[in-house]
Amino acid sequence: MNEKKGLSSSISRGFTRFGRNIAEIGTTFKEGDWTAKLSFVIMGFGQLVHRQILRGVLFLALEILFIYYMVSFGAGYLVKLPTLGTVESYVDKSGIVPITVYGDNSFLILLYGILTIFVIIAFIFVWRMNVAQQMRIRKTLEAGKALPTGRQDLKSLLNERFHITLLTLPNVGVFVFVILPIIFMICIAFTNYDADHQSPTNLFWWVGLENFKNLFSVGSSGFGYTFLTVLAWTLVWAFFATFLNFFLGLGVAMMINRKGIHLKKLWRTILVMTIAVPQFVSLLYMYKMFANDGLVNTYLLQWGIIKTYIPFWSNAMYSRVLIILINVWIGVPYMMLMTTGILMNIPEDLYESARIDGANGWQMFRKITLPYMFFVLGPYLLTSFTGNLNNFNVIYLLTQGNPTSMNLSGGAGYTDLLITWLYKLTVNDTNYRMAAVIGIMVFAVTAIISLVVYRILPSVRDEEGFQ
Amino acid sequence: MNEKKLRSQSGHNRTVNIVIYVILILMSIIWLFPFVGLVLQSFRSYATEYGGMVAYFIPKEFSLDNYTWLFGAESSFPKWYLNTLIIAIFVAILNTVMIVGVAYALSRGRFKGREAMMQLWLILGMFPGFLTMICLYFLLKQFGLTQAGAIPGLILVTVASSGMGYYVCKGYFDTIPKALDEAARIDGASSARIMMTIIMPLTKPIIIYTALTAFMAPWCDYVFASYVAFGYSDSYNVAVALTRWVWTNDYQGYYTRFCAGGVLVAIPVTILFMCLQKYYVEGVTGGAVKG
Repeated sequence: MNEKKGLSSSISRGFTRFGRNIAEIGTTFKEGDWTAKLSFVIMGFGQLVHRQILRGVLFLALEILFIYYMVSFGAGYLVKLPTLGTVESYVDKSGIVPITVYGDNSFLILLYGILTIFVIIAFIFVWRMNVAQQMRIRKTLEAGKALPTGRQDLKSLLNERFHITLLTLPNVGVFVFVILPIIFMICIAFTNYDADHQSPTNLFWWVGLENFKNLFSVGSSGFGYTFLTVLAWTLVWAFFATFLNFFLGLGVAMMINRKGIHLKKLWRTILVMTIAVPQFVSLLYMYKMFANDGLVNTYLLQWGIIKTYIPFWSNAMYSRVLIILINVWIGVPYMMLMTTGILMNIPEDLYESARIDGANGWQMFRKITLPYMFFVLGPYLLTSFTGNLNNFNVIYLLTQGNPTSMNLSGGAGYTDLLITWLYKLTVNDTNYRMAAVIGIMVFAVTAIISLVVYRILPSVRDEEGFQ
Repeated sequence: MNEKKLRSQSGHNRTVNIVIYVILILMSIIWLFPFVGLVLQSFRSYATEYGGMVAYFIPKEFSLDNYTWLFGAESSFPKWYLNTLIIAIFVAILNTVMIVGVAYALSRGRFKGREAMMQLWLILGMFPGFLTMICLYFLLKQFGLTQAGAIPGLILVTVASSGMGYYVCKGYFDTIPKALDEAARIDGASSARIMMTIIMPLTKPIIIYTALTAFMAPWCDYVFASYVAFGYSDSYNVAVALTRWVWTNDYQGYYTRFCAGGVLVAIPVTILFMCLQKYYVEGVTGGAVKG
């Protein structure tokens, strides 16, 4: 309810702001002198006339760059975006040696089409900035003040506008290597880009919601059953990986913290070693340890405990349990570190007064330690849960999602998480369309869980709780 | 009477302590077992016992066969090691610069679009990273940064989006009182100066934490590194190369060689980690408490 109100009010606020912007542009044009008016077409003209050389040159250069980009590059791709290309590639066999004549490249058209849309939006933004400056120039001059010079502008980049200096590069990086690829892949989910439609040899095109239908359709060819199986295991895995580790880590931390236990530092260091050693080394060693001819099986056979080897990695149930256990080995040290710090922060007098009231150890744990832990670690547990939903390394280095089965489509196995399945679809099957759909599903699951849990977290609901 | 109760209490305490010691010792064994095994196998003699998997824990004959092979003419291990080291050093330095910059701007600056930017980055963070793999691969390929150029390519991709991991660092910056900034500002210091001379020295632990985690990550990077190198073995990092040994070449006896390589990878990282452990713990717990 609240959210809806927030959304509708922010939409209406957006419209008001848009209206105000248009009105301001209008008055700037009407009241401005001829230099301001000309600046609407030739950006930076007003600034140049008023001797703001640096700003003027920058705006002018941006405009020229934009026009050059659109004419030489952007416009062509933008036009083809609705169809993603129509000219097929073909092999020209008229000569002695057959030559492949490439037609449209759907991949490039989609990628550069999206880029061009962003460039246009950015240009409108810059243009609006340019117009706003015309207004500011007039007002400053009317007030009889001096306009900031180029030198002052540069200096402000280290002071009032220092955030621009700091944030420009990170934002450009995030745009090129995160935002652009994400939007591209979201678009891929609505196309038929897969092994049969690989650019540049073949075209791919928009197919609407077909891939999503495929994901939810239960049947021999549909992904529905597989998707639900993988999703269920992903959630179970994330639950155990987070909470089993949390409780065991807390237990270990309490044991080490206990009065009368010596060598506290040694125990902690031994556990922390597992964080330091690169995961791929320890995980691959574990994988080999539990292999059919691995150390565990051979010793159990030698001691006569089992008759034939235990198929740790080829039985769905065994491998799932084993993965969770190995993850305990990996995760408990982190949780131990976390909880140790917090245990030391719990005020001792809370326990003192509980003891006077005759509470036993278990009661104190349930009424004081645990609520305190959840209060402080709530946000961390949430991020660690969503992190575990996407915990690629543990699964992939141990089982690569195996064992696979004929019951599951898309090459998925019984220990696959959504994220490893996505990886396999991309790398092994080049089924990009379904990989993109699954990526969107992962986002949806993460976002929903984050939103719901964030609202019921004690530290969010009641900030003063333990202060 | 009272004394008796006290004594029984301490007797009870002692049994509990003994149980705890037993558990801790068992845990230490379980936690150390893989490492001990790794080290032992790496010293197994290749000449007499071959390099495959064997049914015993302690090698019959110790030798340096596997290590000498790794540095011999037949293997590219030094090359892979150097690749990983280069990536790790560059990523550690550049990531830290990016993250500290973003964290400072968001912690101290109050500018238009700040909230919007933070929310956008939060949402972007919910998309799985591998979703964009093919697109990134293509982008890198356009600049010639795949296969032979995979090393700078990997550095570029890692560093470019590193700003999004500013949370822990910003949380720490937020705890530094703003009164310090204001005092310096009255003395005429600019924002840049305040950051370099006041905030950074005070936040050394978190900066070291940032650099340390950034340095350690490339040693484990399997997925994207293998995708960008795309079968060009000179551009592998250790994780990709050693993983391939374990998965595909075990029948040729690469198992003990993997162990030796693993030991060589683990030693420097572990030593560095243990030296800077104090900062790591501070970063991990500090970040959690402040959300």
